[in-house]
Amino acid sequence: MGFVKARVRFFAALREMVGTRELNLEVADGQTVGGLYRELCSRFPRLGDYNSTLLYSVNAEYVSPDHTLRDGDEVAFIPPVSGGSGAR
Amino acid sequence: MLVEISPEPLDPTPYLQHVRQDESGAVVLFLGVVRNNNLGRRVLYLEYDAYPEMAERKLREVAEDARARWPITDVAIAHRTGRLEIGETSLLVAVSSPHRHDAFAACHHIVNRIKEVVPIWKKEVWEDGEAWIEGEPVREK
Repeated sequence: MGFVKARVRFFAALREMVGTRELNLEVADGQTVGGLYRELCSRFPRLGDYNSTLLYSVNAEYVSPDHTLRDGDEVAFIPPVSGGSGAR
Repeated sequence: MLVEISPEPLDPTPYLQHVRQDESGAVVLFLGVVRNNNLGRRVLYLEYDAYPEMAERKLREVAEDARARWPITDVAIAHRTGRLEIGETSLLVAVSSPHRHDAFAACHHIVNRIKEVVPIWKKEVWEDGEAWIEGEPVREK
């Protein structure tokens, strides 16, 4: 089975949980962005707290969890955003 | 149209000049400002983190969406990152239009959308702790 390279970026709470801004990973050919998240949850169990609220992005665009990764993709896991000031 | 993500302090003047056109009868400016309390806790300062490339793309989409809905003449959006003290501006939205109703409506819509889809997060730092604040989860269509 082949592998593809992916750059994974972490922000805000996820960055603090993982302890780095990015990881360069080799993932199994055919792996999805949701599958990669589950892989990372076994390595960084606290990431699992975000299971139900996380959005996924590939190459800076929101995608569904079943989006298949391609070589060179940039992946990010997006917790609920909180830009601006004050509550919603 | 102008969108920016930057750690530099936000001065409204150049943004107001940018959006005003000769056909603009109204310019609306919104500033999101760091407040000294939230949910009963005293806030010492905020720290903003962003996915800058994606945030700029999403801000551009939010601005384009507003242009499609209201007859606005121009729009500028800027969001600051890094540590912000009480009273500093984190978000700036400037909208111009021929008439005021459209500028107010478009500006309000833009601020709401930013809080839903733009990958920027704030951490509140209190006297006795800190936490990343999370908005309502939104499903992107």
